[in-house]
Amino acid sequence: MTQNDGQRFDRLPPTPDEREVEGRASREEVVDWWDERFGVPSETFEDVTFWEKGSGKIWAFSANLPSPVEVEGLGITVLRTRQEHWKPTTTGVKRFGQEATENVIDLGPGEAAAFAAGHDQQIGRWDGDWGYLIAAHELAGEREPIGVGLYLHGELRSRIPKGYQEELAVLD
Amino acid sequence: MNPLDRYERLVDDVEAFRDACDRPLPSVVRVNELRATPERVRAAFAEEGVTYEQVDWNDRLFRLPDGSPGTSWPYVHGWLHGQEEVSALPALALDPDPGDRVWDACAAPGSKTCHLADLMDNSGVLIGNDNNLGRLSALRHNAERLGVSNLVVTNDDARNFTTDNLGVDSLDGVAGRSPAASRTQFDGAVADVPCSCEGTCRKNPDVLEKWSMGHVKGLVGIQKGVLRRAIDLTRPGGDVVYSTCTFAPEENEAVVDHAIRTTDAEMVEWDAPLETAPGITEWEDQTFDESLQKAHRVYPHQNDTGGFFVAKLRVGGAESDATGDADETTEVEA
Repeated sequence: MTQNDGQRFDRLPPTPDEREVEGRASREEVVDWWDERFGVPSETFEDVTFWEKGSGKIWAFSANLPSPVEVEGLGITVLRTRQEHWKPTTTGVKRFGQEATENVIDLGPGEAAAFAAGHDQQIGRWDGDWGYLIAAHELAGEREPIGVGLYLHGELRSRIPKGYQEELAVLD
Repeated sequence: MNPLDRYERLVDDVEAFRDACDRPLPSVVRVNELRATPERVRAAFAEEGVTYEQVDWNDRLFRLPDGSPGTSWPYVHGWLHGQEEVSALPALALDPDPGDRVWDACAAPGSKTCHLADLMDNSGVLIGNDNNLGRLSALRHNAERLGVSNLVVTNDDARNFTTDNLGVDSLDGVAGRSPAASRTQFDGAVADVPCSCEGTCRKNPDVLEKWSMGHVKGLVGIQKGVLRRAIDLTRPGGDVVYSTCTFAPEENEAVVDHAIRTTDAEMVEWDAPLETAPGITEWEDQTFDESLQKAHRVYPHQNDTGGFFVAKLRVGGAESDATGDADETTEVEA
């Protein structure tokens, strides 16, 4: 096993058995994780390749390149691994969370506005899993993911990064 | 001197031109169809009570008379990107297909790059390059926000750009890829080059005060180099779009004229969707190829926009097969 080089993009190995870098997630585990956690079907990622750059940060790219590759960006960040509970990124749930069927918490208008502004809030009605959820609301007739929330002890903590937080209108 | 004085002889209505240049620009957003349709955006605007006007020449552009686009639900969801109307022209002119391999030579901060990704339906490969590392963070931020996942971001001098380190030739299997394309070449490229930016005077009036002929002359060498590289990296039959936000013929027609005299690329017709003036063929003591009339000059008073210049060239000549299908004799082994 070799150590992770955080300065370049390395494609994830297809399966855990093909792992060559210590602690690196495999493609299979990433695809399974999105399916198990959020019900996002594995076909969603058929044309997507996954890459690690930095420690545990996973990027999704719509094509393929020979690995490793030293560039400034490759697709979008989707997931943080190398920690006990993998954490989806805001970008990841916006890009792939539309197909989620599990662990999606639907927020009312006031809750959605508070969540987008970065506020934590008590939401007692949730009886699903604790941990990272996709927070969504309804806009223009359909459900739309807003971002990632961490649900613990009856509280939904907004994980919207500071740069994305906005004070928005409470929709009627 | 105010550089706009130089262009009074080029415009049809001097007073309207100067008046428009003095007015601030309306705030405009482009619908990111990777995320939402224009219909859904309109429905969301109605739900939220956002006032908007549809731009009359493109149903994916909306003017927001109340100002900043940054604080609405559709914006936060990445359905919208704030950009000037004219900055939609390069991607529309190139009109890439899903599955194409496209190079954006001077990509940051990424409005045009993300528009290209939208037209490519997030497929194929889009390389967004910029030599300015600081500005690349804006490109990456915009691509993340809009969900652009077919983008490779590179930090090189566009004039010497190469795909050698990327192994892009391994992408032959990309869906929809033309068999006639060389393994090391792009299907299309955009050279939206650094320029003296007079066309942005409605947004940044400072550009007029800072303008100097010395600066223009310094830029021309870079502009010629970037356009040359874009032509060299594009397959025969592929298109290169050259654009600037300046009115200066030295940075526009003269640069394209140089390219068509020194390479096998030729100007091709492109039917611009808004009111434009044709490229010019004479300026001071210089004359340019007649085909430069196929280029488009956008003056602020014509459509109440910023100023812009856009030229579309075809590598291997105007009659070269744009689809890249069929003619296998054009294939170049890498």
